[in-house]
Amino acid sequence: MTAERNAAELYPEDEALEPSDSTLKAVLGATLTLVALTILWEVLVRQFQVPAWLLPSPTLIVESMVEWRSELVGHSMVTLYETLMGFALSVAISVPLAVAVVYSPLLQNTIYPILLALQSMPKVAIAPLLALWIGFGTLPKIVVVFLVCFFPIIVATATGLAAVPAPLMDLIRSLSASSLQTFVKIRFPTAMPHIFVGLKIAITFAVIGAVIGEFVGSESGLGYLILVSTSQSRTPLAFGALVLLTIMSIVLYYGIVLVERVMVPWAPRN
Amino acid sequence: MSKIHIEGLHKTYTSNHGPVTALKEVSLSIKQNEFVTLVGPSGCGKSTLLKLIGSLIRPSRGTLLFDGAPLLHPTRDVGIVFQEAVLLEWRTVLDNVLLPTEILGLDKVKSRSRAMELINLVGLAGFERRFPRELSGGMQQRVSLCRALIHNPSVLLMDEPFAALDAMTREELGFELMRIWDTDKKTVIFVTHNISEAILLADRVVAMTPRPGRIARIVDIALSRPRTIEMEFTQTFKSYSDQIREVIYHGTGASRS
Repeated sequence: MTAERNAAELYPEDEALEPSDSTLKAVLGATLTLVALTILWEVLVRQFQVPAWLLPSPTLIVESMVEWRSELVGHSMVTLYETLMGFALSVAISVPLAVAVVYSPLLQNTIYPILLALQSMPKVAIAPLLALWIGFGTLPKIVVVFLVCFFPIIVATATGLAAVPAPLMDLIRSLSASSLQTFVKIRFPTAMPHIFVGLKIAITFAVIGAVIGEFVGSESGLGYLILVSTSQSRTPLAFGALVLLTIMSIVLYYGIVLVERVMVPWAPRN
Repeated sequence: MSKIHIEGLHKTYTSNHGPVTALKEVSLSIKQNEFVTLVGPSGCGKSTLLKLIGSLIRPSRGTLLFDGAPLLHPTRDVGIVFQEAVLLEWRTVLDNVLLPTEILGLDKVKSRSRAMELINLVGLAGFERRFPRELSGGMQQRVSLCRALIHNPSVLLMDEPFAALDAMTREELGFELMRIWDTDKKTVIFVTHNISEAILLADRVVAMTPRPGRIARIVDIALSRPRTIEMEFTQTFKSYSDQIREVIYHGTGASRS
C-alpha cells in the first residue's frame, strides 16, 4: 500500500537523532558563554582592584556561599516554600476560574475587567498593604506570589479552552456530544499546551513575587538575606543569594517543562 | 423515497452590513447510495448546503427531509469529513477513529474491530499506534475518513476534503474513496471547487453559482464505474466539464440537463 511506503520516507533514521544533537549544542554553547563571562568578570575585578563591597569577584562569591551555606540553604527553603505554595494556589484557583469564564459570558464580562485592573496594579505597591493586613509571616508572601501568577495562568487557560478548531466543534455537535464530553475529550486537552505556556510564564514571576514580599517585611528568605547583607556591606553574600534565586527560578522553569513533556507530549517544543 | 429531499431551501445570514442570502430557492433530491458532488466558486453556498444537510445550521425557510422526516437535530446517521483533518493530536490513529463511538456510547469491542477494519481499508494498517503529527497530510485525511465512517452512518458529508492536499495525493484519495464507497455503499455529498474532481467522483454534479447561492444546473454523469483516470481525457468527460464550466462562469439559467 502506498501509505506504508510513505511512512518509510517520512522517517529517515537520522531524523530522530537531530533534535537531541541540536539541544546538546545549545546547552554547550550557553555553558561556554556563561563560563567565559564569569572568567572575564573575575579578570576585570582583579585587574582594576574593584572593592568587594562594590562588586565582588566570582571566586569571592563562591567562598562566601560556602562559608554561609547553612544560612543560604535555610533561607532558600523559605523562599522556595513561598514560591511553590503561591504558585500552587494560583493554579488551583486560576484554572477552574478560567473554565467558568469561558462557559459563562456573564462572568467573562464581569470578572475579566476586574482581573485586568488587578493585574495593572504594581505588586510592589500591594505588598506593604498585605503586610499591614496579614502581618509579616509567610502568608503575605504567598499571596504576592499568587497575585503575580494568577493573570498569565487564567489568560492562557481561557485562550486554550477557546482554541478548538471550528470544524472539530461541528463534528462534535453532529454527534450530539454533551457539554461534559466536549470538555473532557476536546476542550481541556486542546487547552493543555496553552495552560503550560501560562504556567511557564507564571513560574518565572513566582520567584520575583516571593522576593518582593520578603523585601517589604520579613525575617527570612533569600530576599530578606539580600536586604540584610547589602545593608551590612556583605555584598558577596548578597550575590550568593542572588545566584541561588536565579538557579531556583531556572530549575523551577525546567521542572514545569519536564511536567509538560510528561503530561502534554504532543505540545510543540521550542 | 429519496434519502434527502430539499425543497425551496433558503438560508440568510445576518452580517454587519445587513442580511446576506447564502442560499436561495434550492431544491434537490438525493437518492439512497447516490454520490453527489456540489461544485462552484467560493460564496456559492455549497458548504452552507452541506451544513444544512448535516443539521449544523438551521434553514431560514424551506423543506429539508432526511429519510422522509424533517431534520430538527443533528442526526447521528451522518459522518463528516472537513478540509482539515482536525485530528486530536493527543490521540493515536486508532483512538482518533474511535472518538465518535465514545461519544455515542457504542460497544467498545465491536467499535475497535470495525476501526481496525477501516484503518486497513484506507491502507493505514500498522499505523494504529501512531500520532497524527507523525503522519503526512494525506494519511491524516484517511484517518479522518475512518472517523467519519466508524459509526456506520448512511450519509457521508465531505466538505472539500482533499482541497488541502497536493494534486497527486488528491487523485489517489479520490479513487480510494470510490473504492470504499463501492464496498460499503453510502449516500455521499461531496463539496469541491475542482470541476474534474466533481465529475470523476459523481453520479450527479450539482453546479452552483454565487450571489445569491443557488443551483444553476444538475448534470448526470453517465460514465461507467469503476472510474479510471483515463476517463478524464474522453470527449464525454470534456463535454460534462464544458457544461459545468459554462454555468459556473457564465451563470446561464437554472436549466437541468
